Amino acid sequence: MNTTWSRFNIASLVLGFAFLYLPIVLLVIYSFNESRLVTVWAGFSTKWYVSLFHNQSFIDAAWVTIRVALVSASVATVLGTLGALAISRYTRFRGRLLFSAMIYAPLVMPEVITGLSMLLLFVAIGFDRGLWTMILAHITFSMCFVAVVVQSRLVSFDRSLEEAAMDLGATPVTTFFRVTLPVILPAVVSGWMLAFTLSLDDLVISSFTSGPGATTLPMRIYSQVRLGVTPEINAACTILIAIVTIGVIIASIANKRREVQRARDEQTAARN
Amino acid sequence: MKSLGSFRRTFAPWNDAQAKPFIAIENVTKKFGDFAAVNDLSLNIYNREFFALLGASGCGKSTLLRMLAGFEEPTSGRILIDGQDMRGIPPYKRPVNMMFQSYALFPHMTVEGNIAFGLKQEGMAKADIEARVAEMLKLVKLEQFAKRKPHQLSGGQRQRVALARCVAKRPKVLLLDEPLGALDKKLREETQFELMDLQMKLGLTFVVVTHDQEEAMTMADRIAVMDKGKVMQVATPAEVYEAPNSKFVADFIGNVNMFEGTAASVAGGKIDIAVAPESLTIRTDSASKSFTAGQPVGFAIRPEKIRVSRKPPADPSVNSAQGELYDIAYFGDMTVFHVKLESGRIIKAASLNAVRTVEDPLGYDDTVWVNFDTDAGIVLTA
Repeated sequence: MNTTWSRFNIASLVLGFAFLYLPIVLLVIYSFNESRLVTVWAGFSTKWYVSLFHNQSFIDAAWVTIRVALVSASVATVLGTLGALAISRYTRFRGRLLFSAMIYAPLVMPEVITGLSMLLLFVAIGFDRGLWTMILAHITFSMCFVAVVVQSRLVSFDRSLEEAAMDLGATPVTTFFRVTLPVILPAVVSGWMLAFTLSLDDLVISSFTSGPGATTLPMRIYSQVRLGVTPEINAACTILIAIVTIGVIIASIANKRREVQRARDEQTAARN
Repeated sequence: MKSLGSFRRTFAPWNDAQAKPFIAIENVTKKFGDFAAVNDLSLNIYNREFFALLGASGCGKSTLLRMLAGFEEPTSGRILIDGQDMRGIPPYKRPVNMMFQSYALFPHMTVEGNIAFGLKQEGMAKADIEARVAEMLKLVKLEQFAKRKPHQLSGGQRQRVALARCVAKRPKVLLLDEPLGALDKKLREETQFELMDLQMKLGLTFVVVTHDQEEAMTMADRIAVMDKGKVMQVATPAEVYEAPNSKFVADFIGNVNMFEGTAASVAGGKIDIAVAPESLTIRTDSASKSFTAGQPVGFAIRPEKIRVSRKPPADPSVNSAQGELYDIAYFGDMTVFHVKLESGRIIKAASLNAVRTVEDPLGYDDTVWVNFDTDAGIVLTA
């Protein structure tokens, strides 16, 4: 492998990273700006963070966002996992192809359409819009992402594990909870995390389906921006970025550790 | 073990008309769509028998095993285990346990956890489970690996865990799907004998699916040779090898020289077979069936029953033909000669290398005689 740094390599690396991260870096820097004007640097300050934590509407919106994300991710994980199991297991039922195509359709469906159709449904059945309609809408669009993640794990799942469990006297229910679920758990967890993140930063579908008193953080930020960007918003975004970054770092460290452990285990096995 | 050995020598319940089969497979058919994987198959397997289902891939042997385990239901016919009809009984209520080809060890459980799994499903007391797990670990010599996960074990160790796990429940019947398929050759040979010992010690009925005929011959009391969803022959390894009932079985098991011809003269249990285009006549006295002259018959003879020499045989009553040595395959313990007769037919003859050095060894293109006794081969009609 060529490990020397040519000028071309360095240039493309710098440009690539600049393209990806320059806007974010600017946003973070200006969150520490003394000035009220977002584009003029006037010295370092953390006052916008202080004011953010005194802004009750932001705190409320954050709380709503987290509740929506927790509930919708959890329900979507259950439904998505069930859907993935149905598609990958019962390969011979009528209409399987249609069903599997339909579960993936929301992946490519424009959010505006999903949001609008949900809104029309809630209006038609007379469901008062608020926190719960938003949770329902989030479940709807995130469960298909969970289904995709879990199904890709189930493709390589050795069915004989389940047969072995049943052969050893476990009923189908016990087999699912003692064997199938523990084995596919990493995929289920990453499905949950995906659903949680999708719900956290959704704006379009939330806007269509929320009602009075249920405003999420992205909705709050968006409406504030329309009145003019304040460094307070920069601060809010910086906190979000920090949370996501920490999450990603923890996940990749855990992943790396698992790999190292696995390699060590396999060496142990080879030795004896 | 001596007493077990003598038990083994006299163990032949299939010859006893009074013996009740432990597993009775009666006219079982299994169809997948229009394809009959198992086709009107009947088979009796007896208590404490080591039974092998042998066949090429796609012959229906695995489907049959899966029907015994309860993973597939027969389309028609029935399966009785210990006198009980198995129709509609799910795998988790059957008195059988299966060892899977992939071992199917639970990756998230330790060796102990894997072995204890089946016992927990029975609702066995915790102390009893611990005792049974310890006993099983000792049986397969994996005591010091109890706390390991499957991926921390070698292939041979995994195989033993899989075995311990399905033996732990003390099933009446153990079903083994290609139990040694994933092991390398040396380990496979050792494990064959371990399996046989284990089966004797525990007094279980084993049904093994394999495509490896050596494996089946080594381990099994009886072999069912299968083809296209049907059983071609059920017999002891020696019978299957020395007295195949059809050209298929003769050809499938081991090496064979096959001749097609017609019964030329039939007298007093002796048949001469005319092998038509080659003007070759084979004299036999191995016929137990009755034949009529002119009937088309086949003749099968194993390579090791044919002798190769430089001179024609002294006894003129043996079958012999002249040819030239076309190919020599040296295996160390034995050598296989390919002799080309004048008609162009190749005869395979194997000879044991019982001595280290031979004066004047046979070489390529030598003119030789092949000869064999009149009872060395078998006359086949099917």
